[in-house]
Amino acid sequence: MEKQVTLKIDGRSVTVPDGTLIVDAAKQLGIVIPVFCYHPKLKPAGMCRVCLVDVGRPQLDRASGKPVLNEDGTPKITFGPKLETACTTPVSEGMVVWGATEKVMEARKEVLEFLLTSHPLDCPVCDKGGECPLQNLTMRFGPSESRFEFDEKYHNEKQVPLGELIILDRERCIQCGRCVRFQEQVVDEPVIGFYERGRAMEIVTYSEPGFDSIFSGNTTDICPVGALTTADFRFGARPWEMKARASICTQCPVGCNITYNVRREARKDGRTVIKRVMPRQNEEVNEIWICDKGRFTYHYYESPERLTSPLIRRGDQLVKTSWDEAIEYAAQQVKAAGSKLAVVTSGRLSNEDLFTLKQLSEKTGGKAILHSAISGGDRVAMAGMTTGSDLGKLSKGSVILVFACDLHEEAPIWWLRVKQAAERGATLIVVNPRNTRLDKYATHRLRYAYGSEVSTLRTLLADTGDIGLAVNEAENAVFIYGSEGIGLNASAGAADLLAAWLERSGHRGKANSGLIAAWQKGNDQGAWEIGFKTDEHLAETISAAMGVYITAADPASEDPELKIALQRAGFVIVQDLFLTETAKLADVVLPVQAVMEREGTVVSGERRLQYYAPAIPAPAGTRVDHAITSAIAEAAGIQLEGNNAGELFAQLTREIDVFKGITLQDVQAVHEQTPSLGRSGMYYGGTSYENLEGLGVILPLKVGALPTPAEVIELEELTIPEDRLLAVPVTRLYDRGGTVTASGMLQQRIARSLFSLHPADAERYQLKAGERVVLNLDGREIEGEVDVDSGQPQGVVLVTRSMGALLTAPVLVKLSVPQRSAVNS
Amino acid sequence: MNQLLKKHPQEIETILAKYPPDQKRASVMPLLHLAQQDNGFISHESMAEIAEIAGVEITEVASVVGFYTLFHAEPGGKIRIQVCTDIACALRGSREYLEGLCTELDIKPGGTTSDGLVTIEEVKCLAACDRAPMFQSQMGDEIEYHENQTVARTMDWLRSMMASMKPPVSDDPVMPRVEGGDHE
Amino acid sequence: MSELFLLRHRQIPGLNQLSTYLESGGFETWKKAVTSLAPEDLVNEVKASGLRGRGGAGFPTGTKWSFLPNTIWPHYVVANADESEPGTFKDREILEFNPFQFLEGLMLASYAVRAHIAYVYLRGEFWQIARKLDERIAELTSNGYLGENLFGRDYSLRIYTHLGAGAYICGEETALLESLEGRLGQPRLRPPFPAVAGLFGLPTVINNVETLANLPIIIGKGAAHFRTQGTEKSPGTKIFSLSGRVKKPGNYELPLGTTFRELIYKHGEGIINDARIKAIMPAGASSALIPATEAALDTPMDYESVVELGCALGSASVIILDETVSASALVSDTIHFFKHESCGKCTPCREGTFWMARVIDRIETGKAREADIDLLAGIARQMQNKCLCALGEFSTVSVLSAIENYRADFEARLEK
Ligand SMILES: Cc1cc2nc3c(=O)[nH]c(=O)nc-3n(C[C@H](O)[C@H](O)[C@H](O)COP(=O)(O)O)c2cc1C
Ligand code: SF4
Ligand code: FES
Repeated sequence: MEKQVTLKIDGRSVTVPDGTLIVDAAKQLGIVIPVFCYHPKLKPAGMCRVCLVDVGRPQLDRASGKPVLNEDGTPKITFGPKLETACTTPVSEGMVVWGATEKVMEARKEVLEFLLTSHPLDCPVCDKGGECPLQNLTMRFGPSESRFEFDEKYHNEKQVPLGELIILDRERCIQCGRCVRFQEQVVDEPVIGFYERGRAMEIVTYSEPGFDSIFSGNTTDICPVGALTTADFRFGARPWEMKARASICTQCPVGCNITYNVRREARKDGRTVIKRVMPRQNEEVNEIWICDKGRFTYHYYESPERLTSPLIRRGDQLVKTSWDEAIEYAAQQVKAAGSKLAVVTSGRLSNEDLFTLKQLSEKTGGKAILHSAISGGDRVAMAGMTTGSDLGKLSKGSVILVFACDLHEEAPIWWLRVKQAAERGATLIVVNPRNTRLDKYATHRLRYAYGSEVSTLRTLLADTGDIGLAVNEAENAVFIYGSEGIGLNASAGAADLLAAWLERSGHRGKANSGLIAAWQKGNDQGAWEIGFKTDEHLAETISAAMGVYITAADPASEDPELKIALQRAGFVIVQDLFLTETAKLADVVLPVQAVMEREGTVVSGERRLQYYAPAIPAPAGTRVDHAITSAIAEAAGIQLEGNNAGELFAQLTREIDVFKGITLQDVQAVHEQTPSLGRSGMYYGGTSYENLEGLGVILPLKVGALPTPAEVIELEELTIPEDRLLAVPVTRLYDRGGTVTASGMLQQRIARSLFSLHPADAERYQLKAGERVVLNLDGREIEGEVDVDSGQPQGVVLVTRSMGALLTAPVLVKLSVPQRSAVNS
Repeated sequence: MNQLLKKHPQEIETILAKYPPDQKRASVMPLLHLAQQDNGFISHESMAEIAEIAGVEITEVASVVGFYTLFHAEPGGKIRIQVCTDIACALRGSREYLEGLCTELDIKPGGTTSDGLVTIEEVKCLAACDRAPMFQSQMGDEIEYHENQTVARTMDWLRSMMASMKPPVSDDPVMPRVEGGDHE
Repeated sequence: MSELFLLRHRQIPGLNQLSTYLESGGFETWKKAVTSLAPEDLVNEVKASGLRGRGGAGFPTGTKWSFLPNTIWPHYVVANADESEPGTFKDREILEFNPFQFLEGLMLASYAVRAHIAYVYLRGEFWQIARKLDERIAELTSNGYLGENLFGRDYSLRIYTHLGAGAYICGEETALLESLEGRLGQPRLRPPFPAVAGLFGLPTVINNVETLANLPIIIGKGAAHFRTQGTEKSPGTKIFSLSGRVKKPGNYELPLGTTFRELIYKHGEGIINDARIKAIMPAGASSALIPATEAALDTPMDYESVVELGCALGSASVIILDETVSASALVSDTIHFFKHESCGKCTPCREGTFWMARVIDRIETGKAREADIDLLAGIARQMQNKCLCALGEFSTVSVLSAIENYRADFEARLEK
């Protein structure tokens, strides 16, 4: 336990850890010391000078070093000639701080007057108006009127796009540098900075594209004025006109806590719409940050492409029909299919939806299949993170091993959390077939050849050197694995080996230790916990099935084999938001509701059970997934318990071990977080939302024996023939996946080139970045633009996932260049 | 390909050798001086090349360019005449001298002659207060002091310099920075 | 004529040639130090000499050195050759004409704190000086005065130059370090002080060029000899950069404690056109306008006495104003100087200098009223004790003293 010191602030006594800053100690007492440049998540800068306070320290006797006492025996306190900045001055024993004396209030007012001399005071038209620290603090502490001649104000541009996402108003900027320091200190992507100096100092970016950081949106939350705004929200609404609706981001397995700001919109015939997505504090998940994908992709819900009526097949046509007819029709087929029904779904759904589907498949005796490129979730359920875990606690003495994934692209906030753990001293081991953004922070970097994943892990398990030692002696060990370059078999094998390793090193079941999969969907782990499994022979399963019931998945657009299988399949029911490639093959299509239109619970990759409530009403004609499933079941004469999310959740927590005994109250419980940001005044933490709706609950581990390394199947290493390349699908944050495209916001950030080659291979095929090539995989051809990257291995062509390449697992391909003549010229 | 590296391999090696290997960032300013030698200002490309060599973001390099007055992000005259009009020099007639010079060249302080050869700028104290009026000439990155000046003396020197050089041809694109602020 | 410690080149022509410098006994002290003295001996000798920093703060040099922790390594020494205070041009003369004495001083300082790398941070305008310095450093290296295992002992030292690029603030030691590290020249928070966490986060000594140039004398001839010049509390000589309305401006090396009168009338040969002297600015733009009363003229120029007149001796750049100079016009210059040089990091300085410039411009262009003079003083007072570094504080000194002592000059400019 660190040393504690006791001090007095405005006459009230408080005890805090040594090294705490005065401003933070005051916050604990609920005493407001205004700050602009200071932010509890950033290193103190002492720039804005608004936090000046009067600081006294016990006078020490030179000789004895003992405090000098007054007649009345109290220690003699001496105050310095100058006020001190509360944001940079650490507390000390016996310190006496005055934060509201006339002298201090005067200084505060004077600094505010200085800040306002250059500020445009255009609050009435400012997006920040109503949640602006400068506005709030000026009302509270500022001068009544300024002595500055208004027409002598400093003028500067008011609309500078730092990129297509973030807009800068140079007149409103107060040079606090929070945004610059966030990019530098927190995310280490220093793509914005100061230009010029003195009064002319202003924010610029030189990166291509502008403000090139996947965390850029966060700067608009911590900007204490209306200088940085998102292109999305700009002039969108006044903060006080909007309601806050707590939710969970389901774009990736991190499960960031978010808040939707919603408002009735006259322009949209009175419908309630989402105006913006804000982070909601959860120190154990996303602190107060979210990535730009989570912030900007929500628009997909209002896409004109949304399905709002059931469709039924008439010949080769899909035509609108009534819900009754559609359900009835589907039900007949489900009944007919009986045990030959294949239920295919994904982690895009909530636990309640998945639980209902599971019940259905159990009652029909059919298969319950999770459609995913990653496997091993059953191992994660047994050796994953467990109660009391928090990546934010990992530091010196902990080991984090990242295998076969690029967290920066696949789960941005995990990338951030892992990076920070490494910066706190945790041993980071990155085992990847190519360079990733995480390498920079790694203690050990290991490269392996695509195809040798499982054997690589075996060697690691046997390692008696640094890495083996690091893991075995670590207090905590967290293993994160992904699907880069590996099919279902290999990822299952990887999960087995990593789980076995955790067991052997005694970390299985320990808090802050465990196995994590970098899933493709927000609730894939939930699907596994509920009992869904991946099926590496999905194509056969589907073509063999009499009926296929597909929800929240689009296999046809990812893999031609699956497309063919679906065409062969007896009967296809599809539930989705859009008329996907898969839906186009269906006999019945049932329109569902988007995450923000309904409630549910999900399980994050860290196995944290979290709840989201509806933020906006669902469009007419749509229904929530589990309700559709129940209706079909009922019509098919199959009784499923639970008619609404609440009942289903209760049911779930009765029937599935790891959920047993958990109540919604538990999931929605909150406790004081540190730093305690809140939203009062917003001067301290920014506009991120306070978490009043629940911090979630980490599931206990599933009991059961793990396979020993010996039991893990061998996979034969693949060798790449001279005339071939290994095509490897890789996940990028901004892809052509449904939500990113449908939302529009991130169009310009979507990877331009579909393929990526090592310079040597580019050489071999005489290719330059930007040229088009054709990949030939057993007859099938994919064409696209190539990029060249020395950070990847030779003999491999990386193919960005969900960019229409129809590739799920690595395959050997032939590369050819169309119009060679054109290329050479 | 990194043009700067191509053009000055030795210089760059010497520069990097000055600082600890893990402190490459310290080489940013020397590299900027080096780049400025070539065309009298620092182009967007040069910034990118320097960022690559020093292992920092281009924006971090640009910030440095923006902060220091001797780094120029836009091309100016081949010869920059920088007259000190600070306190001590002002007390010894440097303002009158500057006016005279500007009239001779028919430009205002901060302006560049129509042939693009000469730019005149006012600068702060150059530590030559006892020899005012004085100016420093900046050509490429070469800086020279000229003390105890009179308009006539300076013009003679200028003519001799100009005779030896033809107007500049700068195909280097000016960096795409949104200009703003009443920078004085 | 008192003995010259620093401007010795005025007595020994060609002292900036290594050969000449060696003939005059150059680098014998260096050799003696490395071969026969312990670093502590140097620290103690410098402490005994009472040498105080010539860069402005006047902090005892030996004491400063003794702050470096012997638990954190390596140590660095940085020579501050940013010389940017308006009216200061002393370091430049040393660097151009007596460079080896400065280098020897820098080397002695490095040895004293066991640094193996020393940097010379020069203002960008000293481009040619830097070039020459590089050549001279190379010369010393090839002659075995710098490099590995000097004089067969296991001590090595390298010196590198680093050019600034036009920023007065980089004279401030922590801004200088930022600049040396390739960042904007913006001051750091203190603590930690450079002595503990300086260049690249390691213990660092930063000394002014003139300070360092004194070391070969102190170590070579002993503290006692050094103390034969100057006063008890301000020992040694000081180079006074005399400029402004005097007949013979220039650098004058005189014992600390010499009176303003002697500097201005004996060495500076009085005021141009024998006009009446009006005010003295003893520390360049950062100083107050001290009315040139008889008492003021008879004040000895040492660190203690000058403070009594209302401002520090600073780097002793003495600017002289005569009756032809308007205090308002002069203050306009100082304000614009500081506005131009404010690094922009902290609010009071960034906004205050900008605001003062707006007001003084109004005054100077005859668009102001009486109240604006008080506003100007008000802004200056409002800035005081709030800034992150001393630049902001400096910018208020001339303003307040000018308005206090020469209000009429401002009133003369008001709108009629
Ligand atoms: C705004 C400002 C400008 C300064 N400029 C210089 C300078 O140009 N040269 C210098 O040696 N010291 C300058 N100083 C003082 C340095 O911060 C530092 O105190 C000094 O270099 C220490 O060396 P010394 O102890 O030998 O004097 C400046 C200080 C401030 C606050
Ligand atoms: S006082 Fe001026 S120079 Fe010093 S930190 Fe503040 S803004 Fe920068
Ligand atoms: S200086 Fe303390 S908050 Fe800015």
